[in-house]
This record gives sequence, structure tokens and C-alpha cells, in this order.
Amino acid sequence: MMGVSRKDVQYVAELARLEFKSEEIDRFTHDLNNVLDYVNKLDELDTENIEPLANPVHIENALREDELEESLDREEVLMNAPDKLHGYFKVPRIIEG
Amino acid sequence: MENFLTAHKIHDLLVKKQVTDKELVDSCIERIEKYDGTIGAYLNKNYEEARKAADKVDEKISKGEEIGCIEGVPFALKDNICTKGIPTTCASKMLEGFVPPYDASVTEKLYKARAVLIGKTNMDEFAMGSSNENSAFKKVKNPWDIDRVPGGSSGGSAAAVASGEAAFALGTDTGGSVRQPASLCGLAGLKPTYGLVSRYGLIAFASSLDQISPFTRDVHDMALILNAIAGYDAKDSTSYNRQTMDYRKALTGDIRGMKIGIPVEYFKEGIDEKVKKSVFEAIDIFKSLGTEVFEVSLPHTEYSLAVYYILSSAEASSNLARYDGIKYGYRAKDYTDAIDIYTKSRSKGFGDEVKRRIMLGTYVLSAGYYDAYYKKAMKVRSLIKQDFEDAFKKCDILISPTSPTTAFKIGEKTQNPLSMYMSDICTVPINIAGVCGMSLPCGFLNNLPVGMQLIGNYFDEYKLIKAGYAFQKNTNYHKMTPEIREGE
Repeated sequence: MMGVSRKDVQYVAELARLEFKSEEIDRFTHDLNNVLDYVNKLDELDTENIEPLANPVHIENALREDELEESLDREEVLMNAPDKLHGYFKVPRIIEG
Repeated sequence: MENFLTAHKIHDLLVKKQVTDKELVDSCIERIEKYDGTIGAYLNKNYEEARKAADKVDEKISKGEEIGCIEGVPFALKDNICTKGIPTTCASKMLEGFVPPYDASVTEKLYKARAVLIGKTNMDEFAMGSSNENSAFKKVKNPWDIDRVPGGSSGGSAAAVASGEAAFALGTDTGGSVRQPASLCGLAGLKPTYGLVSRYGLIAFASSLDQISPFTRDVHDMALILNAIAGYDAKDSTSYNRQTMDYRKALTGDIRGMKIGIPVEYFKEGIDEKVKKSVFEAIDIFKSLGTEVFEVSLPHTEYSLAVYYILSSAEASSNLARYDGIKYGYRAKDYTDAIDIYTKSRSKGFGDEVKRRIMLGTYVLSAGYYDAYYKKAMKVRSLIKQDFEDAFKKCDILISPTSPTTAFKIGEKTQNPLSMYMSDICTVPINIAGVCGMSLPCGFLNNLPVGMQLIGNYFDEYKLIKAGYAFQKNTNYHKMTPEIREGE
């Protein structure tokens, strides 16, 4: 498979909402290529007819009745908010208008 | 007072009134104050509440009331397990100062058993690492040699127990993060079957691999702690609903007729010859106890680490998307808009290794690569699971080394992420398949502990405990304790 370029790394960083300095991009490009080179060994295996496995221990969907239960206290939850206002999380304006 | 007490010994001392719980907890605190400046196991101490809890235990004992088997026993929790009112940081700048508004289910269970929480332990940031050098706050030192790592990512929990700063501790094991530090610190560390212990209130790293896992001094204690934390929990949709059992029933010492498999792929190149030799000596002890030992093959073992890094990084990139600087956690200053809050907060809040995993995970999940990497890895996961199912048709448990080497030097592997990842080569297959594994000390090399790994089928923890207990009845490795060299 083709190696990862600086441009790919910048694109992935944007998807992941991360920003890097120029030398960090070099380093991450190098590290990412190293790890991908290593994991490419999976290509040795023919998995054409193998089912993918997401959860190692099979469990049927865990469903429950939709009953009203006590939930967390609003004030306690908001205690960890970086910025809040009148019982809400406060963020900069998102919709211009 | 003796500094390296097991939970069961503490129970005996309390019941016989040879010591009060206050004295016990105080001596534990004294030890932390004396040594933890060097070891660095704790991020947050819970002394005041611990002393109050100890007083209550003493009051019960003085009234002649019966106490539970881990009641009054001082323990530590890894700092990714939520504790209401007590900071829980994942050793990350991202969660510095975060105080959970609720307890994890395991926290609740241990409180209910009236074990005494001494503090929260250091770890690799967001549980990503094998040496504890990725903590955003401080490094943890191995109590056996403070120039060496304790292993990771649950290195703080391991070092706390190994240095006598707690009687037992919980960590979390995603690819070996409890078994490997248990091995490097000379402790018992058990990764239960996926779904046996509730993950509710555990801050997620890789949800299909994570499992909360105890460190104890011996296998007897392991049975007690597993009894306390195992069981169905409706709050975790991957919790497995099955009959609970009393693991103490496995403490018989009789393992005659048990079938033990030696998976040949776990003894190949990359494993230190002396480590192999220690494990083979342990195998000889098992043979002498009337077990039947033979070789088995798990042919897809060599692909485990590749599968692990794809799946765990993919899941991490998704799980860690929640850290956006809005609802909780670190928010960068000087942002221009909401997107800028996300980007700046994440870039400044996460350390390098976390970013590396998020980048790898985002890459393998991105359009055009999903099939080649993520789906491919999930398919190979099926093959690895099948290997274990085939092996367990023939044997009760498997035995292997836990870590390819004994504790390595601080700084030795930080420059090369891939060499660090190789530390988990014997432990990751167990998480991928979701079966259970326990590391136990089986020797010493240059005064550093060597660990062996016992591997069991789904929900066969009692077999690991049975075999481990028989081994410890006939050996003394678990009774060895380090003499801590005081550092700077």
C-alpha cells in the first residue's frame, strides 16, 4: 500500500480536530508510516470468507423499559463545564444571523 | 507493622483484634508519605475519607459485629475509574481538575464491600502506553529498581501495591495494561473475560477491549477482589448476564488432571531466553502437581499486535472525540469560534502518544481505508478468536510469558513507538479474543520479577485462580518484596 504523505497527515489532523506545527507533521508522518508498514502484514492473510468480529463475547441487544429514573443533578454536571450560563453550557455563536 | 500485607491477612488481623483499621490505614498513609515522592504512584490522595472509613470499621469491630472479607482493606483505583467528588484525570491535561458527578460501578461495589479507598493512581495518559512515561503529570518508578519503568498503562496501581502503598488496586487492561505491569512489579494481575466486570464509569479507551482488572499480592486475594467486582450491570450494555460464583471455591490447591497447553507461538523470537527459562521452570512445577502439559498452536498469534493497533486506535479516535472543550475538561484560551475551541483544546490538552493513536485511528477509519484496515482487522480478529476456541477444546488453560522482558530502563523505548508496542506482544491476543488472562510472578532475573501468563477460556477465571493458587502454595515468588531505594 502507498505511504502516507504530509498532506494526508494534515487532512487526517483536520478530521481529528488536531493542529500540528510543521516539525510535528514530519514526526507524525514518519511514525504513522512506520506503524502502517507494520500492520500491512495483515495483507498476508486471505480473509475473503471471514466474518468481521466487533464484540468478542456475543450479547443480544441490551434493551430496557423506558421508565423515568432519577438522573444526574444539573448543577453537579455543570460544575465541570469550562464556561456556563443560566444552567447551560456556554459556547461562542455558531449560527450567524 | 508489616508493610506488605495481603487483604486476607489484614482481615485475620482485624478480626483477631491484633491491629485496628485506623492503625492499618495510618501506616499505609505513612508509607505513601515516605516513598511516593520517589515512586510517583499516586495522583490524588484520599486520606481524610480513608481515615473516617477506617474509624467506622473499628467501631463495628469493637461492637462485636462481623466484618466482610475485604472490609477495612486499603486500596487504590487507577485514575480513569470515576469516583464521585474525587478528581479523575486519566493522567491527562485534558481532564485536569475533572471531578466526576457519579461513581463507577466498581467503585460503588468496593465502597459497598467497605474496602478503604486510599487514592487514585498514576497511569499512561488515557491508558495509552506500556511504561507509564506518558503520564502528563509525572513518571512512575518501579519499586524494584527506580531507574526502571513499572510497566503500563496501569503502572501507578502496580507500583502502589508493589511498594506497600495499598493492599490491592484496580487498573484497566486493554492490551496488557494490568498483566504487563503486574509482571514487571512482581504481582498478580488478572484481566477478566470481556463482559465479566462492568465498565460503567470507566473512562473509555477502546470499548471492545477494555476491562477493569485487579492487582493483588497473591491469588487468594485475587479471588476475593474478583468476587467483589464481577457481575452483571444493567448500566453497561456489554456486561454479560450470567450466574455469579464464589471464586474462593477455586482455592483448593488440587490441580491434578488439569490440562495445560503451551502455545508455541508465545515462545518464539523476541522473548528473552531467560524469561522463557523461568516460565519453563514454572511449567515443571505444574507438571509436578499432576497436570498434563502439552504443546498447542495458535497460528494467528503473529497478527495480534497489528490487529490490536488498528482496532484500539480506531475505537480510541472515536471515544476521544468527546473531548471538545465544551462540556467538561480543558478549554484552550484565545479561540476564534466553536471549531477553533475543539482544535485548540484538543491540540493543547492531549499528549503526543494520545495524538498518535487518534491520528492512526482516524486514518484507518477514514473514507477509502476503512475496508483495507479496520474491516480487515475485524476479520483477523475472528481468526484469532477461533485459535483460542480450538485450543480450549484440548486444554483447560494455556501458559506463556507475560512480557518479553523484565522491567526496562526509563527512556529506553520512548523514541521508538513500535518497540514500545512490542512489550504487549504476549498480552494483546487475550483482549482481542476477549478471554481471560492472569499474570503471576514466576522468577527473578537480577532482582527483577519475571511474570508468567495463565490464559483461560471465556468466563473460566476460576481455572486461572485454581491453577495460580496451587502454584503459589508450592512457590515463594509472590512473597518477595522490594527494598525501595529512595530517590531524589
